[in-house]
Amino acid sequence: MSIHKQVLTTASLLMIFAIIGSGIVGLTYEGTYEKIKRNEQLVLLRKLNTILSPSEYDNDLLADQIELDEDSLLGTTGPSKAYLAYRNSKPVAIVLSPVAPNGYSGPINMLVGVYHDGTIAGVRVVKHRETPGLGDAVESQRSDWILGFDKKSLENPTPKKWKVKRDGGEFDQFTGATITPRAVVKAVHSALLYFQQYRKELFKETQDGSGTVKNS
Amino acid sequence: MAAEQLKIVKNGLWGNNVALVQLLGLCPLLAVSGTFINGLGLGLATMLTLVASNASVSIIRHWVRPEVRIPIFVLIIASIVTTIELAMNAFFHELFLILGIFIPLIVTNCSIIARAESFASKNNVFDSVLDGFMMGMGFLLVLVTLGTLREVIGAGTLFANAHLMFGEGARSMLLTLGDDYPGFLLAVLPPGAFIGLGLLIAIKNHIDRRSVSSQAVIVTETPSETPAT
Repeated sequence: MSIHKQVLTTASLLMIFAIIGSGIVGLTYEGTYEKIKRNEQLVLLRKLNTILSPSEYDNDLLADQIELDEDSLLGTTGPSKAYLAYRNSKPVAIVLSPVAPNGYSGPINMLVGVYHDGTIAGVRVVKHRETPGLGDAVESQRSDWILGFDKKSLENPTPKKWKVKRDGGEFDQFTGATITPRAVVKAVHSALLYFQQYRKELFKETQDGSGTVKNS
Repeated sequence: MAAEQLKIVKNGLWGNNVALVQLLGLCPLLAVSGTFINGLGLGLATMLTLVASNASVSIIRHWVRPEVRIPIFVLIIASIVTTIELAMNAFFHELFLILGIFIPLIVTNCSIIARAESFASKNNVFDSVLDGFMMGMGFLLVLVTLGTLREVIGAGTLFANAHLMFGEGARSMLLTLGDDYPGFLLAVLPPGAFIGLGLLIAIKNHIDRRSVSSQAVIVTETPSETPAT
């Protein structure tokens, strides 16, 4: 067998395996795509429903989502999602997805639900890298701390009290971890400020069709 | 014949255990062994990959030219792992979210390409599948043992999140050491994984040494030169 022929056979062998390999992956992708998409939406919806109970709204939260431009009050450096809840076509609440940029180890991604009147429906931490056993008490599965934000608003407590106790505020810190709760409290407060500032635009936006809110 | 297979079983589970002797695939092993269920999930995925890759490599062993065998093995393993990743994403979505990056990282688990190269490419399909299964089982057992230890000592629970794998009914499987168990942070953090694995290796070596007098020394292959991932 000449050297050329040998190289050719080897190359085609490699090519055949590459085609078979990518074929298998492609088929699996096709077969699981729908289900994965549905799973992701289900997980998101379940998370949103821990903030807003399904009985409080009657629209499809995932369909009525809008994209918000980056905003320092939301702590975002790119577009972020917001979900609008309506009942009988009247706005009920919005779920913002702000980021606390100054967690103990990196940003903390959150969901903050705010009722139309400016009180908090609920706060959940979606993603974080805080120390297990210390800072991760911000997760609702680990402690009830995060539920302490329910029904709070910009007036309750007063702006001076929107801090952890160590800084003279109203919210507890955890034993051994102050930075994490401090970051979360600050981010929730900023999200409320954002809501106050853009409330009209936020709710108007999806009533005449969804789109991007320009507010930078 | 049977003696040959018995040797494969023994090698996979004990004598040449991937995690305790070859010290391969330590990155996922140490990172994901925080709880029993995480360990089981990753262990099963790795075992499935090993069985599938050993089987495919063994089937094609006569056609693959030696110059391109490594790229072809890598192709096969990558395809299998991606397929498993997609399937887990579709059918065990929440477990997939917990295991996260470590499912795609199975690709880099050296034990898989090591078995393909050193065993499956030289043996028949049946033996290769058995070898993949037993090597995977050995890895899985270490993952599960380490997961159990770290979960019980660190958090005082066992079988937390079992519903992610066995459905809602499995929530009742959760065992706790009592509500006032303070938890032991070190066991949950990465050092706990290293210390735990170190202890397991020590225990294994101790048992081996004690049985030396009664049987011939099991010559353990030295870990291959490929760095553990």
